[in-house]
Amino acid sequence: MILANNNAIAYDLAKKQKEISVAEFFERNKHILGFGNPTRALVTSVKEGVDNALDACEEAEILPEIYVEVKNSSEEECTVIIEDNGPGIIKQQIPHVFARLLYGSRFHAVRQSRGQQGIGISAVVLYGQLTTGKHAKITSKIEADRPAVVVELAMDTNKNRGEVLNQDVTHWDKPSGTRIEVNLIADYRRGKRFVYDYLQSTSIVNPHARIIYKEADGTEHIFERTADILPKKSVEVQPHPYGVELGTLIKMAKETNSRKLASFLKTEFSSMGDRTANAVCDEAKLDRNMNPADMTRDQFAALHAAFKKVKIMSPSTDCLSPIGETLIRRSLKSETQEISPEFIFTATRPASVYSGSPFQIEVGIVYGGNLPKDKQVKILRFANRIPLLYQQGDCAITTAIASIDWRRYGLEQPSGTGIPIGPAIFLTHIASTQIPYTSESKEAIADVEEIENEIKLAFRECARKVQMHINKKVRRVKTREKFDLITKILPEIAKKSAHMLNKPVPSLDRVITRIMDVVWIEDLVEYEKARGKQVQTKIDSKPSSEHEGGWITKSTIMVVNYKNKSQKFNLYAVIPKDAVVGTIKPKPAKITDTYIRWNLDSISPTNKVDIYFELAGLNKGDFDENDLYVENINPTYVIGADKWEGE
Amino acid sequence: MTERDYSKVISKIDGIAAKVYSDLEKAEIPSLQLSTRTKANIRFDDNLSVWKYGKNKTERAASSLDGAYMLLRTMYMVDFIKDMIKQKKSSTLRETYYISEGWNLAKFSSQNESDLLAEDLEVITGCMREDFKLRPEEDGARVIGNLVVEEVTRNNTKKKIHCQDDVGDAGYGIPYNVEKEKLTFKQADADFIIAIETGGMFDRLVENGFDTDSRAILVHLKGQPARSTRRFIKRLSEEKKLPVLIFTDCDPWSFRIYGSIAYGAIKTAHISEYLATPSAQYLGVTPSDIVNYKLPTDTLTTEDINALKSELTDPRFEDEFWKHEIKLQLSIGKKSEQQALAKYGLDYVTDTYLPEKLAELGASKKKPKKKT
Repeated sequence: MILANNNAIAYDLAKKQKEISVAEFFERNKHILGFGNPTRALVTSVKEGVDNALDACEEAEILPEIYVEVKNSSEEECTVIIEDNGPGIIKQQIPHVFARLLYGSRFHAVRQSRGQQGIGISAVVLYGQLTTGKHAKITSKIEADRPAVVVELAMDTNKNRGEVLNQDVTHWDKPSGTRIEVNLIADYRRGKRFVYDYLQSTSIVNPHARIIYKEADGTEHIFERTADILPKKSVEVQPHPYGVELGTLIKMAKETNSRKLASFLKTEFSSMGDRTANAVCDEAKLDRNMNPADMTRDQFAALHAAFKKVKIMSPSTDCLSPIGETLIRRSLKSETQEISPEFIFTATRPASVYSGSPFQIEVGIVYGGNLPKDKQVKILRFANRIPLLYQQGDCAITTAIASIDWRRYGLEQPSGTGIPIGPAIFLTHIASTQIPYTSESKEAIADVEEIENEIKLAFRECARKVQMHINKKVRRVKTREKFDLITKILPEIAKKSAHMLNKPVPSLDRVITRIMDVVWIEDLVEYEKARGKQVQTKIDSKPSSEHEGGWITKSTIMVVNYKNKSQKFNLYAVIPKDAVVGTIKPKPAKITDTYIRWNLDSISPTNKVDIYFELAGLNKGDFDENDLYVENINPTYVIGADKWEGE
Repeated sequence: MTERDYSKVISKIDGIAAKVYSDLEKAEIPSLQLSTRTKANIRFDDNLSVWKYGKNKTERAASSLDGAYMLLRTMYMVDFIKDMIKQKKSSTLRETYYISEGWNLAKFSSQNESDLLAEDLEVITGCMREDFKLRPEEDGARVIGNLVVEEVTRNNTKKKIHCQDDVGDAGYGIPYNVEKEKLTFKQADADFIIAIETGGMFDRLVENGFDTDSRAILVHLKGQPARSTRRFIKRLSEEKKLPVLIFTDCDPWSFRIYGSIAYGAIKTAHISEYLATPSAQYLGVTPSDIVNYKLPTDTLTTEDINALKSELTDPRFEDEFWKHEIKLQLSIGKKSEQQALAKYGLDYVTDTYLPEKLAELGASKKKPKKKT
């Protein structure tokens, strides 16, 4: 990423590196780096280590398996161990990665990633060294048939360089991986709960990771993996003109190979075609053919101003890697098992842009079960798959949630604003190439209008699904009673009265249609373990071999016409985007990514049509209720499906 | 005892099945109609001098789940009754409830439901519970007084019982069937019948010899009196021309006991003319008595207050006496028990209170003793 305004400290640091030692810098800024007190220090250390581990695994396309252990060696001192199964780090690089501030491969990249500053893990090493005088121990293995390297690392705080004190080789069972062990002054008693929360939250937004947490007393928590697919790899893209700072623009112009302004614009920026580049030059009153290296500061300023005036296409959103509705749902389900929630709904917004940076919002609502009814809903905030644990009150996510009138959706909210009260958990994930944090400690999202709006839209969409679900449930209970009535009780009444009078049992069809007077649609979802069956998946391009023995989701939809006239209409079943349709009966009129449509033949009164379809590529429980719609029939005649409003 | 002819009953209950069957045949939602059994639907019948159901009807239709269950249970119930008539058997209401265990979907969830259905069937058919071979669980209440009854016993012999000489302290037990074929009143030498709510007070009057001293026939009501008790009081009062006095606690529930004896109960208004004794008078304890006799009291509960207010809109209590007493009780906010009279000694009730009250109602030939 490019240094922006809110990173002024880092920017200053870069300039003054020679004048002040990193130790001094750290001491001055430790609160904003997350080491403000011994409790925070523990959580931050775990967080930096885990973020690093996840990034490393994903970059190497390895499903992460991360081991976290915290030991409290004395009253005030903790040992934090973080181990991953990533690619490892070559020996020469270890001092740079772990003991040098502002060093990292992602520093200049415009793409979505967890760490951005290159401060993270080195800060942990530095904090440990400053507080305990002890040195970090790094173990790294890069190939299965080679021994692991163990390095004891000190940090030269004057030079901002790592110093290898001791080095050895050892045997390590893993094919590859990295392990860091740091001693630091930390408040274990208070901090351990936060570590747990952080890891649990991390596991929710990283369904592809398996995380093991061993507490000081030996208690082990395992956060199981719920998806065997790595997140879509975010693509590195060039910066979008809207987000570029003047300083960066000048720097880019100095470093470019382009000799002409127009081609500089086209090659170094995204969303810049011939026409846009020319329009920008014209707007800035600059010659398209001038050499960017010769431009004056004023000319750069004019160019920078022109970016804002010319309509430039939104940046590409390839660089984003959202988690996806199905996976969010799956992890929420797995992490809330003990709560046994009534339902989980998720919504993903299309990617959007704020000052040149693409971002995308995903939300989830967990409702009911053992969640407390009289407390504020629990808000889980995530940015680029990192949980945000502190400063909830200052965060745009909280502001957005608080500005929605939740009373309409059945939650309590005393004045119609504020965090609602009720048995729910709200999850928000924002994915962006540049998360606008309020401060360097990266705990809260800044107040950006576009982001707040998208969060609101996402929650409204999700809340609508909740509302629909509840309405549907209420209606179903009512009509289920009638269903029992006509299928069980009425035939008995008929039998009994006929028996008493010694007469034949009368036909009930017409009475039934009179009592019901609806088209009844009911669905049942079952799961079957697919044995050795090759299942395609669309979540990722990875081969499907991993999915052998996955689950087949089988839906049976029963349509009964309890109206007294024949009915002919179209039925839509909405399917998740990441599912693949298998067997399907009867033959549908249309199948798309998101729905299946059947044009049903005329159904006579009291007649029934059975519809069956299979979905592959989903886990058990991903899809536990069909979302059904009807078309070409008065929707008030129908129980169990809503009016089809188009795609 | 001669064998009863049940053909009329059978044709009535077959009629219920036939109504449902023909609804189904005509493709109509099956339903049954019966008089609404609420206080809003009772009217005073001038000819019978009792309260009967008015014109409002309730429909039990299979369009709702509850209605359908109701109809199914009705079908099972009438079939069961028909069977019993054929087999010459009878069952208690409680047994009927347990029989329904085998009725699958038509199973009752409480005895209250089966009891109510039996009453519904009475209302629909105009028959009595006894016609359906159903009898109540409760034994009838107790009687002590100078009265000779003749009962047809289990072994079909007639037995005369003197309700003072032939009985112990517990008195004569009223059987569940008190119709003429079972029970007749031979001789009664008394001035009035006094019906008493609580067993404690009944025993007090017995111990104090009130039945002999005051020429009274004492009947223990056991709370809300059973049908047989009410029928017994009615027959005895009418056949032997004896006035009936009701002696209960002073609270809204006791007023209802009086109401059911004198006017007919809301639940059984279809057979009020069999059960009610319109000439019965309320003797006490009245709210005025609480004030006049300075009786020990309890505070009215919310339920008590609601029940009193409900009685104010009950057509049966729509007269000056009751309006005045109920309003008085609401204003003092207190209730009292009959046995609270013991405040003034064990003999006070028989020596002072009852004679004074009887004189007030003009029912006693005996002068009250001086107030102590």
